[in-house]
Amino acid sequence: MRDLHLITASQIRTDLPKFKAGDTVKVHVRVIEGDKERIQVFQGTVLKRNGAGLNEMFTVRKVSAGVGVERVFPLHSPRLATVELVREGKVRRAKLYYLSSLQGKAARIKEKTPASSGASGARTTTNK
Amino acid sequence: MSFTLGKKLGMTRLFDKNGNHVPATLIQFGPCRVTQVKTKDTDGYEAVQVGFGLTKDKSLSKPELGHLRKSGSDPLRFLCEFRVKDASSYKLGDVLPADRFKEGQMVTVSGVSKGRGFAGVIKRHGFSSPNASHGTHEYHRHPGAVGAHTDPGRLWKGLRLPGHMGAARVTVKNLDIIKVDPEQNLMLVRGAVPGARNSLVEIVLNP
Repeated sequence: MRDLHLITASQIRTDLPKFKAGDTVKVHVRVIEGDKERIQVFQGTVLKRNGAGLNEMFTVRKVSAGVGVERVFPLHSPRLATVELVREGKVRRAKLYYLSSLQGKAARIKEKTPASSGASGARTTTNK
Repeated sequence: MSFTLGKKLGMTRLFDKNGNHVPATLIQFGPCRVTQVKTKDTDGYEAVQVGFGLTKDKSLSKPELGHLRKSGSDPLRFLCEFRVKDASSYKLGDVLPADRFKEGQMVTVSGVSKGRGFAGVIKRHGFSSPNASHGTHEYHRHPGAVGAHTDPGRLWKGLRLPGHMGAARVTVKNLDIIKVDPEQNLMLVRGAVPGARNSLVEIVLNP
């Protein structure tokens, strides 16, 4: 097993930003058409991160022309040019499966701010 | 012809140049020692016996230890014979070099598949299962009818029925070598290899 990790380690990407479920990201995908290569951007909310190591995948959901689109990317794939973190979301779950059944205003996610994370810290002190 | 014994370490997947996922199996091959050279004069055929897998003295019988002592070898767990055209080019006690395998070459790998025990026809022969509902009563993974009528009055030979599955020698041909590390005797081949992790595999380089 140790040897297996060593082999996959060389392909693990360290250049991507940290992001988790609830965040909004722009995924820059390399699209190869014939001999030309261009970059396509897919922007949406991260529903989940799944798996570990080189096999880790993440799912991004966006609503395109009124239709929900969920796309799954291998996190360490060389086909991803970059992943841009647009907005950090404040969520209480690691897998946001419930988002797929919500529409419009209900499907919004609150933005994570220093104040929102500080507020929870203040509450723990009062409990003492 | 190059051959070796090895240990299947496990599977993973990697990305190729185009970003496609490629399944890969990591194999520890060798070091293998020549434990016996069989020639036409001595044994009636040409073959090389190699040993692999260090073990303890107490795990082997005295005759086995005596046989290994002839080649000056440490106690080895596995011995295996490979047929060759001319066995005299191999010397007793030689360690087979690890750099015989190169990236881009193809190998054929044999091993003993995982045992499935007594398996039914769905697992063993890929039969489709009968209805799960619509009035089916206690008849879900059965094979169905197996014979005809008074003519022929018996079952055909070779009829696919439940029985023991797996734990048999399986060979997978033409696996690409993705990577070789001759220092650590590690080889990465594309695709799956028979057997469980840590099981013995025979590797033969394609001519």
